[in-house]
Amino acid sequence: MAILVIAEHDNRTLKGATLNTLGAAALLGGEVHLLVAGRSCGAVAAQAAAIPGVSKVLVADAAVYEHQLAENLARLVAGFGKAYSHLLAPAGSAGKNLMPRVAALLDVAQLSDIVGVVSPNTFRRPIYAGNAIATVQSLDPVVVATVRASAFDPLPAEGGSAAVESLDATHDAGTSRFVGEELAKSDRPELGSARIVVSGGRGLGSGENFALLETLADKLGAAVGASRAAVDAGFVANDMQVGQTGKIVAPELYIAVGISGAIQHLAGMKDSKVIVAINKDPEAPIFQVADYGLVADLFEAVPELEKAL
Amino acid sequence: MKILVTVKRVIDYNVKVRVKADQSDVDLANVKMAMNPFCEIAVEAAVRLKEAGIATEIVAVSVGPSACQEQIRTALALGADRGIQIDTAEPPESLVVAKLLAAVVAAEQPELVILGKQSIDADNNQTGQMLAALLDWPQATFASALALQEGRLEVTREIDGGLQTLSLALPAIVTTDLRLNEPRYASLPNIMKAKKKPLEVRTPAELGVALKAHTRLLKVEAPAERQGGIKVGSVSELVEKLKSEAKVI
Amino acid sequence: MREAMEFDVVIVGAGPAGLSAACRLMQLAAEQNRPLEVCVVEKGSEVGAHILSGAVFESRALDELFPDWKALGAPLHTPVTTDEVYLLRNAEQAVKLPDALLPKSLHNAGNHIVSLGNLVRWLGEQAEALGVQVFPGFAAAEVLYDENGRVRGVATGDMGVAADGSHKDGFMPGMELHARYTLFAEGCRGHLGKQLAERFELARNADPQHYGLGIKELWDIDPARHRPGLVIHGAGWPLERDTGGGFFLYHAENHQVVAGLIVDLNYANPWLSPFDEFQRLKHHPVLKQYLEGGKRVSYGARAIAKGGFNALPEMAFPGGLLLGCDAGTLNVAKIKGSHTAMKSGLLAAETVFAALTEELADSAWAPRWKAAFEASWLHEELYRSRNFGPALHRLGPLAGGAFNFVEQNVFAGRLPITLHDREADHARLRPAAEFSPIAYRKPDGVLSFDKPASVFLSNTNHEENQPCHLVLKDRALPLRENLPRYAEPAQRYCPAGVYEVLGTEQGEPRLQINAQNCLHCKTCDIKDPSQNIVWVTPEGGGGPNYPNM
Repeated sequence: MAILVIAEHDNRTLKGATLNTLGAAALLGGEVHLLVAGRSCGAVAAQAAAIPGVSKVLVADAAVYEHQLAENLARLVAGFGKAYSHLLAPAGSAGKNLMPRVAALLDVAQLSDIVGVVSPNTFRRPIYAGNAIATVQSLDPVVVATVRASAFDPLPAEGGSAAVESLDATHDAGTSRFVGEELAKSDRPELGSARIVVSGGRGLGSGENFALLETLADKLGAAVGASRAAVDAGFVANDMQVGQTGKIVAPELYIAVGISGAIQHLAGMKDSKVIVAINKDPEAPIFQVADYGLVADLFEAVPELEKAL
Repeated sequence: MKILVTVKRVIDYNVKVRVKADQSDVDLANVKMAMNPFCEIAVEAAVRLKEAGIATEIVAVSVGPSACQEQIRTALALGADRGIQIDTAEPPESLVVAKLLAAVVAAEQPELVILGKQSIDADNNQTGQMLAALLDWPQATFASALALQEGRLEVTREIDGGLQTLSLALPAIVTTDLRLNEPRYASLPNIMKAKKKPLEVRTPAELGVALKAHTRLLKVEAPAERQGGIKVGSVSELVEKLKSEAKVI
Repeated sequence: MREAMEFDVVIVGAGPAGLSAACRLMQLAAEQNRPLEVCVVEKGSEVGAHILSGAVFESRALDELFPDWKALGAPLHTPVTTDEVYLLRNAEQAVKLPDALLPKSLHNAGNHIVSLGNLVRWLGEQAEALGVQVFPGFAAAEVLYDENGRVRGVATGDMGVAADGSHKDGFMPGMELHARYTLFAEGCRGHLGKQLAERFELARNADPQHYGLGIKELWDIDPARHRPGLVIHGAGWPLERDTGGGFFLYHAENHQVVAGLIVDLNYANPWLSPFDEFQRLKHHPVLKQYLEGGKRVSYGARAIAKGGFNALPEMAFPGGLLLGCDAGTLNVAKIKGSHTAMKSGLLAAETVFAALTEELADSAWAPRWKAAFEASWLHEELYRSRNFGPALHRLGPLAGGAFNFVEQNVFAGRLPITLHDREADHARLRPAAEFSPIAYRKPDGVLSFDKPASVFLSNTNHEENQPCHLVLKDRALPLRENLPRYAEPAQRYCPAGVYEVLGTEQGEPRLQINAQNCLHCKTCDIKDPSQNIVWVTPEGGGGPNYPNM
């Protein structure tokens, strides 16, 4: 039986997380189909067809799918979902909104946020905010799951030529309506979802010195965070705090500047893919978790780093 | 309008979880339990709708062993009018919870069900969506604002990269996100009054729901501890490593 | 304007003393078929959240309160099987004292190793079942007096106040809890108990109270090394001769041991760090043999009042009583305070209940209390051990220990001698210049750990945006006096890393108070040499969340 992946997109561009989800699908074995449901989403379908490893792209192009309303989309997917062994979607807000609804229509469980494939019906997923990892086996005929993109390598975006098939079934529950959307335009991404985070600790010495980090962050398109010590010292506001009682972040790159690495902080960022620590104290605990450590005075190293990028 | 609000008993968010030595689950013996924070927000949302004169009655429902009556009492102290505990040995998995809730909805006929978007133990983020599917009601997940407009519910949702606003026909399902409100504290007189509010216990059998297992928990492990990497000698070496080795910039 | 609620009895603190009093009151009310409204307020997020004790538990008071405690499921699961006492000579060596040489008060046959937190959780359930209103998450922040100066209850703290004093979205004013009698059972150095003692001069005929700081950890250990029921006590290394204290290691149930160190807070050397003393202690073979290969699962700290009989203040005042460690009923010879605290609660309940039913005036009730207390085994026990602490303080561990052996074993505490120790603990601190700094070694992350990693395991937290609950009477004093003279000892005596002096490198030192880390141990309120730090209650529900401690 084949695997169906539900594409994440905005009717123009296929989102990268879809490629990671396809990466997870590839570990399951079996033919992989990709569903693109939207309105005037031909461009997305074309991008989907170019992904090697996708054997068929299903396109449901209709006004009722324009905003990915779960009521309509869930009916579409559940309508033919039983024919698949697995239904997967990226664990973004769209996938999390949709997949449990699909699962309930199929009378099966839904596995959230899988980070590992143990076997075609057994998966690893974080629980308790990542403080424990559960291994869960599905007992259902169809596995419905959302996939944490950062846990799987993406498939390449180019090189394939899948068949594209149109679906003409349209489902309109008629109970919900899209009113509007307001997407963040800020150049600096949100701390919780940023791909790169530059975080400062007490080593910065003052709130004014955080400007140094902001310059670096702007160059990298990164968000700026802070350790609890820096927040406690009054350098920056609470909402920048990473770690205990603050935000849990897991960016691809986390740059810790002048942060000693108290456990409260480590708990909030240890799932980052790559951690860089810049600290003048070679004994700082942060170096025990950093992939790349630089023992240096941050007031020299940070401007130098910014120039070198 | 009658509102149903769900509350789950979970480990207190301040408590660090610890995996049992036999890896069967996390150790919950004698640790502080509390109402799931997203459920607190759900209760607060319901209470505010009642204070605004929109809601007429708030029913708080929890699924689990009798200990979860404590969280129902908390909801009653915060402003819910009555409680229903659906008595099960352990909290069942989400699909079963959704079926139990659907049965309660059939009996209670609320116009709105507000749930937390997820519980901080299993982190599933699915019961509300499943309940919506079973009832064939519209859903607005991850709500950060709610308003009733001309008989429809307008909900602002937190989605990746921004906010989305939906308009739902009633009856409907809403799941709460962090920014929807800041829950109030329960006052002492209200805690005392809550002890006298009605709390009904129902069983899955009475509700006609079978406790079927759809998944099996094989193992719970502590996350792998992160190993330290290397020290680089200079900024240029760092940039080089990030570009060519880690490929993150 | 605060709202008020009326009760017959309000009890502050859901520990052994407070809950025993509450349970006994309701038992008496049921026996005599008299309606009674009793409420207990507890600043911890739940009953037991802030309780920290060894603990080897003597069930005498529990037997009196609930003779059927076994059937009621009281969590006394591990009877003591063996007592061992060691004198640590240095980092490697130890002498195990022969059984015959131990003071009788250190024999634990018949006692149980318990988690006091779990025991009070159980007591809390019994209290609720008996009809007590138990309110965890509410801190009694203020004593209320009537127009005659009699205590008429307490007020809980306001909730939802921002750090700058403004009211946040969820602001809820405190609540007045009025009562005919108010019982204060806040534990050692209760912040309201301290105010009451001052206002009513309760300690005018007593020696100054003496304190110790207890630091405790809970470990999962290798099952092969686990000997349930084994109780180990000891003294000596790493504490210097002139520093009193001792350690414990108890083998509890479920392959767990608790280990801890009590450091007397009358120490002189401001460089001393009780936390670091405990961390290095765990490397001693006597402890390491059990901890090695194990995993630390919890951490906590709490001051204990160990002045005993001589430091015991008057417990009664108009309108109420100080109970348990809030007064200082710990028996230091036994190193146990739970059974005595419970007994003080039982006695309080009995006399207060009599006063309520007979409608006694304070002038008639206070002598009744005094007589009941003096006729009790609690009084006798404290009297007999009155010299134990002062002997150690005044004669040193060796001569004092010998005195205690003879006094406790030969004369059973009945010698007509009373030793006194009249210098307050904080006054014993000497200037930093008189000592060299102590070089504590870096924690190895296996047996020993740093403060942040330890505090992390206490599950402590406080709402961030609230006024600091560690109040400096004189904000400039720490840098003006404590820093130059004592190298600001708060940095070292605080077991939670709350106090830090930053910016010394740049020549601009400033005191940073990380109030969020606070474990509510009260050491700063006790040991600050200028008595400049006042511990007040933070927003209810804040503080540690100890499981199984």
